[in-house]
Amino acid sequence: MSSVTADHVPASHGHDDHDHKPQGWRRWLFATNHKDIGTMYLIFSFCMLLEGGVLALLLRTELFSPGLQFFQPELFNQFTTMHGLIMIFGAIMPAFVGFANWMIPLQIGASDMAFARMNNFSFWLLPIGAILFTVSFFVPGGANAAGWTMYAPLSLQMGPGMDFNIFAVHILGASSIMGAINIIVTVLNMRAPGMTLMKMPLFCWTWLITAYLLLAIMPVLAAAVTMLLTDRHFGTAFFNAAAGGDPVLYQHVFWFFGHPEVYVMILPAFGIVSAVVPAFSRKPLFGYASMVYATAAIAILSFLVWAHHMFATGMPVTGQLYFMYATMLISIPTGVKVFNWVATMWRGSLTFETPMLFAIGFIFVFTIGGFTGLILAVAPIDIAVHDTYYVIAHFHYVMVAGSLFGMYAGAYYWLPKWTGRMYDEKLGKWHFWSSMISFNITFFPMHFLGLAGMPRRYADYAAQFTDFNEIATIGAFWFGLSQLIFLYLALKAWNGRGEPAPAKPWEGATGLEWSVPSPAPFHTFVTPPVVK
Amino acid sequence: MKKLRGLLGTGALLLAGAAGAQVKDMPGGPRVNQLNLHEGVTQIAQDIMWIHWMMLIICAIIFVGVFGVMFYSIFMHRKSRGAVPAKFHEHVGIEVAWTIIPFLIVIGMALPATRTVVAMKDTSSSDLTVKVTGYQWKWGYEYLDGPAQGVKFLSNLATPREQIVGTAPRTDLYLMEVDKPLVVPVNKKVRIVLTANDVIHSWMIPEFGVKQDAMPGFLRDTWFRAEKIGTYRGQCAELCGKDHAFMPIVVDVVSQEDYEKWAAGEKKALASAADDPNKEWTKDELVARGEKVFAANCVACHQANGKGIPGTFPALDGDEKYVLGPMKDQILTVLNGHPGTAMAAFRDQLNDVEIASVITYTRNAWSNAGKGQDPIVQPANVKALR
Repeated sequence: MSSVTADHVPASHGHDDHDHKPQGWRRWLFATNHKDIGTMYLIFSFCMLLEGGVLALLLRTELFSPGLQFFQPELFNQFTTMHGLIMIFGAIMPAFVGFANWMIPLQIGASDMAFARMNNFSFWLLPIGAILFTVSFFVPGGANAAGWTMYAPLSLQMGPGMDFNIFAVHILGASSIMGAINIIVTVLNMRAPGMTLMKMPLFCWTWLITAYLLLAIMPVLAAAVTMLLTDRHFGTAFFNAAAGGDPVLYQHVFWFFGHPEVYVMILPAFGIVSAVVPAFSRKPLFGYASMVYATAAIAILSFLVWAHHMFATGMPVTGQLYFMYATMLISIPTGVKVFNWVATMWRGSLTFETPMLFAIGFIFVFTIGGFTGLILAVAPIDIAVHDTYYVIAHFHYVMVAGSLFGMYAGAYYWLPKWTGRMYDEKLGKWHFWSSMISFNITFFPMHFLGLAGMPRRYADYAAQFTDFNEIATIGAFWFGLSQLIFLYLALKAWNGRGEPAPAKPWEGATGLEWSVPSPAPFHTFVTPPVVK
Repeated sequence: MKKLRGLLGTGALLLAGAAGAQVKDMPGGPRVNQLNLHEGVTQIAQDIMWIHWMMLIICAIIFVGVFGVMFYSIFMHRKSRGAVPAKFHEHVGIEVAWTIIPFLIVIGMALPATRTVVAMKDTSSSDLTVKVTGYQWKWGYEYLDGPAQGVKFLSNLATPREQIVGTAPRTDLYLMEVDKPLVVPVNKKVRIVLTANDVIHSWMIPEFGVKQDAMPGFLRDTWFRAEKIGTYRGQCAELCGKDHAFMPIVVDVVSQEDYEKWAAGEKKALASAADDPNKEWTKDELVARGEKVFAANCVACHQANGKGIPGTFPALDGDEKYVLGPMKDQILTVLNGHPGTAMAAFRDQLNDVEIASVITYTRNAWSNAGKGQDPIVQPANVKALR
């Protein structure tokens, strides 16, 4: 893989740069260029990260001390629900599609995504979904307060905010499906000559697999929420026992979506880290082929373990045992990935620029989340800590320290390619260390709270839990404010300020994206490069 | 381990300062800054604790091993120390090894867990069966066999509102105390059969190692055998709406003699409290009784002032459609609930006298007094519509 080099770089990029580029608002509204659409995806997802982050800080404010100080439980539950939905469907998933839009054509030597107009449509569905989410706070009864999982029958009791929520999920799901189709077709059909599948950068591989996951699961989620909709308004009784339905059916359908969804949000981050670690180790990725197989293994297993989210519903003993065993197996391919990254660093020539710091931080903290995942897979322990803060700690270790840190590693790594400017290395390091420390202050104490039995989604708690909640709230505000450093650095580079970036700013970086100038011209690889 | 826990605990206390210093450990509930699972008063809870320690130790060893290698690399193989990158990028032997070895470790972890799963699911040959029903937002208990057979009651949060809003000082039992706990004998296998009335709830007692969802319309079961006399506390563990945090669970584990004594007392009280649905009640009697029923069952949504919460829970004060309309619609609504909303069916929770009195109360409380039709609803009216 490291031997990938461009045989031919279009010489006319200087000309392309200003050719056929629409100006003003039309450039964005009618965008068909993968780089423009990628940029819009990334900006959108960062805005959603801030919205979801503010909701999280409101939660932490209420939880600073026992008692009800700021928000009544009905509003608190709306905040927890919308924090989850906005972070998942608004921030993490679109952000990775943004990365895919920008980087997949550049990495495989394609001139653009396969379906440029569908690409535009799939982006512009996102703001509609985001508006539905946000507006739902202001309808009678407020936003969905049944949790991001929308379990029936509680979700059947909600007001019209729930319907907004269902339509938003439909729309965002449609957007994800279109994005996934686009990525699959682009990766399978538009690779440069000589770029065989097993020569592709790992980011393309992880996204290819992620896209198949999305195709398989988003219709399942759509089905689950559609059943909620018809139960709410059209007299069906999928989840009402009195009419022959079953509330547990909802959970089975939801988690058949929900568990692969977890990997949708982490596999692309694996791909980014697999690009960053070799670049700053100046050494090829260890075990490229086993990385591909491990990713595929994780994806396949992810369809077979959904009911480990439901141990407390009361499954038969054989069901519990099967889902426990299957879930524990996932730790094996995941472990292989961590070992490969460590082996890549072993006897390399390491430097620690911000992307590398975030990648190492990712490996370190994600692994803690992986271990708590393995512990949670053990059914008896899960019975003890299910629906407590232990679970909150676990999935924030994999979603924040996993997905988000992975994305920051990628953002700092490719920011010079996107904007043509180097970011301020010193501030980047501040961003990393500040995020890393405050993240752990926020979420590590939650393990203790969960083990001691503090249930999640509680607006108020027993006084014995006070100290750890205070610590978590202080950490959360620190973490939230730290993200403004990134906002400043990204805006600065986007405005064309800072040191100009060369075509390949990182000594050890490999891949076609570094063969085009920085910033990447509007049109790249109009003539496909030949990969040897 | 004890030492490590002590160190961690001290660190946490230092970090948190003196804010929580006055709070003491809750008997049967969480300790102040508790770091691990509860020690447990059942075999299952102790097994869970053991498995958790085993998992934690294995994971910690692997973690230290893997990151030991990584940090060695970070310090020794840095470019600033003149490290020259090696060229290797695969090794079949080592890649097979680090796939097979974790597989064996995982099998080793799964074996003891399997035994506990099987034990947790074995609800057969119990000494006592109690039916537990989750309501928004309280628990109902009914003894299905044994000396207390037929005894049933609701168990509500006992923490006063003033403590929640902060106008009164909070006690050590804050949010984990109830007006009437479940009482069970020590060293007896108690089977808990669960269902729910409205949405999914979850019945959790950390000291027992028990957590089981209560599903509306279905029965689920779990069990425990408490080995120590005492009071044990837990909370609802499945999001069930606005007062999810305010429906704790308290179980009194007592000696067999005390349990039998308690059962006899409950049965006597049950007999004397039985209402006669055929009696004709006066308006004042009904209103006085109804106010109590309202405070125990309705006030969480419809509020003490009858105004509800606009947009979520409808007002009863001045409600022309039901409360000030003919009695029939209101009786049917209270009996059967309002599908698709939080309005529960009270058919099985309240008897005819209670339903008649609470309806009469709403028709004569607030600004409703003297308005509307049918100001008095008799138990016989309710009985006729059942």
